[in-house]
Amino acid sequence: MAIEVRIPTILRNLTDGAKAVDGEGSTLSELITDLDKKYPGIAARLVDNGQLRRFINIYLNDEDVRFLGGIDSPVADGDTVTVLPAVAGGMR
Amino acid sequence: MLRIDRSIYDQIVAHARRDHPDEACGVVAGPEGSDRPERFIQMVNAERSPTFYRFDSLEQLKVWRGMDDRDEVPVVIYHSHTATEAYPSRTDISYASEPETHYVLVSTRDADTIEFRSYRIIDGVVTEEPVEITGAG
Repeated sequence: MAIEVRIPTILRNLTDGAKAVDGEGSTLSELITDLDKKYPGIAARLVDNGQLRRFINIYLNDEDVRFLGGIDSPVADGDTVTVLPAVAGGMR
Repeated sequence: MLRIDRSIYDQIVAHARRDHPDEACGVVAGPEGSDRPERFIQMVNAERSPTFYRFDSLEQLKVWRGMDDRDEVPVVIYHSHTATEAYPSRTDISYASEPETHYVLVSTRDADTIEFRSYRIIDGVVTEEPVEITGAG
């Protein structure tokens, strides 16, 4: 078993076009480190200075990890992690 | 060029007017690779603000999964500006991440005039494109 990570269009250039990839780890941070070994560059698109980038939403199953433990959220085999670009903006 | 059906165009404008003076936002989904905006999805502006919008992250997950299940993509992502022109702001540009998406801006600053404009935003470069309204009108 592994953790399934669903990849948004904007990051599929790093995963050879794959929509979903498998990774391992006991926290989201470890999972991202593991992914970066297989898909170099992906960590830098998700994390900046040890924090999740604000332009990116990461979900653990059905929850936004910002409402869980952020990058330290525990993850386990069988979980699904979904990455989506945040959609935001405004007049300024 | 954005080709969009009159009924969807009208729904986007109506949503922007309804939420004024807050910014309104949403998506029009369409079959992957088709470039046809077909399924109008009004979204909540989690900021409920006249100067900023953000998709509610959990609603976004639900909507994006729905598109995935139907092999759809966000052909259009729209939002409104309530006091300024329908042109992407610096914040809009910094968040824009989908090269295949038409970014539609509606301005509601004037109650009698419809400002509905469409852009491609790729690597921080904004290119305005013509909008063709199709269907009965």
